[in-house]
Amino acid sequence: MNRLQQWLTDESPETRWQANLGRSWRLLRMLMKNPLALLGSLIIIGLILVAAFAPWIAPQSPIGQDLGNRLLPPSSEHFMGTDELGRDIFSRVIHGSRITLLIVALVAIISAPLGLLIGAVSGYFGGWIDKLLMGITDVFLSMPKLILALAFVAALGPGIENAIIAIAITAWPVYARIARAETLTFRQSEFIAATQMLGASNTRIIVRHVLPLCTSSMIVRMTLDMAGIILTAAGLGFLGLGAQPPLPEWGAMISRGRTFILDQWWVATMPGIAIIVVSLGFCFLGDGLRDVLDPRNEGQR
Amino acid sequence: MAMLELENLRVSFPSAEGPVDVVKGISLSLGRERLGIVGESGSGKSLTGRAILKLINRPGVMHADRLEFDGIDLLSQSERQMRHLRGARLSMVMQDPKFSLHPVMRVGDQIAEALRCHERLRRRDVKARVIEMLEKVRINEPEAVARLYPHQISGGMGQRVMIAMMLIPKPDLLIADEPTSALDVSVQATVLDLIDSLVTDNGMGLMLISHDLNLVARYCDRILVMNAGEVVEECAAGQLQQATHPYTQGLLAAVPQMVEDRDELPVLDRSRWSGT
Amino acid sequence: MNALTLEGVNIAYGHTQVVHDVSFSVASGESFALVGESGSGKSTVLKAIAALATGWSGSIEVAGKPRSREHDKAFARQCQMVFQDPYGSLHPRKTIDTILAEPLQVHGLGNRNTRILDMLNAVGLDKRYRFRFPHQLSGGQRQRVAIARALMLEPSIMLLDEPTSALDVSVQAEILNLLKRLRAEQNLTYLMVSHNLPVVGFMCERMAVMQQGRIVEICDTAALRTGEFTSGYTQELYAASGGAG
Repeated sequence: MNRLQQWLTDESPETRWQANLGRSWRLLRMLMKNPLALLGSLIIIGLILVAAFAPWIAPQSPIGQDLGNRLLPPSSEHFMGTDELGRDIFSRVIHGSRITLLIVALVAIISAPLGLLIGAVSGYFGGWIDKLLMGITDVFLSMPKLILALAFVAALGPGIENAIIAIAITAWPVYARIARAETLTFRQSEFIAATQMLGASNTRIIVRHVLPLCTSSMIVRMTLDMAGIILTAAGLGFLGLGAQPPLPEWGAMISRGRTFILDQWWVATMPGIAIIVVSLGFCFLGDGLRDVLDPRNEGQR
Repeated sequence: MAMLELENLRVSFPSAEGPVDVVKGISLSLGRERLGIVGESGSGKSLTGRAILKLINRPGVMHADRLEFDGIDLLSQSERQMRHLRGARLSMVMQDPKFSLHPVMRVGDQIAEALRCHERLRRRDVKARVIEMLEKVRINEPEAVARLYPHQISGGMGQRVMIAMMLIPKPDLLIADEPTSALDVSVQATVLDLIDSLVTDNGMGLMLISHDLNLVARYCDRILVMNAGEVVEECAAGQLQQATHPYTQGLLAAVPQMVEDRDELPVLDRSRWSGT
Repeated sequence: MNALTLEGVNIAYGHTQVVHDVSFSVASGESFALVGESGSGKSTVLKAIAALATGWSGSIEVAGKPRSREHDKAFARQCQMVFQDPYGSLHPRKTIDTILAEPLQVHGLGNRNTRILDMLNAVGLDKRYRFRFPHQLSGGQRQRVAIARALMLEPSIMLLDEPTSALDVSVQAEILNLLKRLRAEQNLTYLMVSHNLPVVGFMCERMAVMQQGRIVEICDTAALRTGEFTSGYTQELYAASGGAG
């Protein structure tokens, strides 16, 4: 272990691999020193594990109805009680983590690269390309996210896939703005000029030199946005436009529990707690990442 | 009796392997004279200058056995009392006027501000003093310049405005940290001549911090050469060419001369003194 | 044949013209300096040759071929540039190895491992620096990396934009020696921009003095020994730089 650590922190690495691993190792160590970030990463790792092993963790089927046992309060048999169709809420929350993770991952995979590319191209070329792309971005930014997502879902039809597409469409403009701002800060840098002088194509410069510098602020921003994405998805679910019954989506579960909120509080509260915990986890992790990935912190060890 | 006494100054910064001393026990005394501190980047020369004003930013920590200015023990002064001394009696000119002038305040107002912080004067007197000071730093049409914003004036003029700002409360000691590094050579000379004449006329003390040996030799009486946080050589400015420490000799030799016959410049052999 | 020929070059940023009617030529293998104070337009001339400033008119010829306003690969093989700021000219997230491999990848050159090791050796960097990041290097070491990157394509002309003005004097001496040695070894042509007359005297054979966008004098740097200049401005500059005027 000690040898490995020495190898990772070696001041003069011998291979590309060692250099890159060493850098990741230093970042990871800095991240782990921050208690909130540590808590955040534990929550996220927990979420991933729960999602991966949901069928083994959940004691009962998330959709199996048992009308004889409807609306039971939390007990040793049903940790979180049962809902209006007698389904075990604990099992539904556990299985719901899969849907949440799916939404978050797909939205990130669609919207971040799109925003990153549009922002970087816009900032790198400037001129009319910049005006055009940023004009489109501004149009999307000027509309409230949830309303825009609602409009898209209404057009595309309700369902979890369409909810994901709708959220992704509303999420990218922010990333485009950030990527453009980042790109502008080093557009005039000499290392870009030096690469141009090597005869490298614009595509190569954007992909190999501009994008890697935008990614760290993008990762931070995305992690912080995850909470918002979860909430938007929950909001769509709550309005009946996201995941359709009987899928155990957390937002939809809260929506169903609304009817009984005064007498059977647990039906709406339990998925609510899940949403809060996961959102907080992403926020903590995002804050920690921001501290670690801030380029001003790098270089000083 | 010396105006400034500094004994065993240490400035350290925390690192992964515990605190690292960047200034390693510097002692100096300064009268109403012109002292030059020369060193390369990382030698601790700027930190020494800032430490005298107790302007070491976190996470840096300074420690000294004695730091006395005109009989006042600066180490025991509170931050509030220090603020009162800074500007009024101890002043500092920084490297780049672009960063030390407030961008959206007129030049004249900034100088007036410096004066008003330390003296209570009537508005008309303040204005007169500002104009007088601008004349002293050889700015033509001082009334017009006082109404300009920093971005409207050139680097050389900006540095002269900085000097006016620093000298208007009539301090006893001026610490100039690379005051001309951001300026063109032709302007450098005028700015330094100006500092020089103001210092001599008012009988002030000057501490000129620079990386440029020849420049310091031209404008100072006495020179301290710093390397890696320590003073390696102290000599009178006139005797710089007879310096004994290999570091000073190496630095002197490494500068290309106007009449250059060497095919290759001698390079510092750091192992000669840092081997310990 | 001349390595570089400029004829009646005017350069403008937007609507402001900053360089007026500049003409000079640099012979192959020669080291030529553009001297002047900030705002004299000396760096702008370099940028126009490098296609980093595009608003120029007149004629610029590099190795006998007219210069286009775009970056192209053929030009890159012929002419490279070293920038002033060793902190800004290297990509902060890439190892030295990646930075030096970039020109080879762009031009599809093989044998990368040997070429990189040879080049590190040529610029006097130990190979244990190969996989470090720029922030782990000192200013002088970074400038060596920048020089290595420029030489990777084996150009015949090097544009040097104040290559040592951000460095300490002792490091400056090392870099100047290196540049001088490389020029002798590889028969390079240098066009150097500097405000420092002694550095120009050490590095170059001829110089053009610029003031407010115009060339006021072109002379041999041998004149620095005696201080005999035809232009009054050069005299002033010479005196301010510590020359006996």
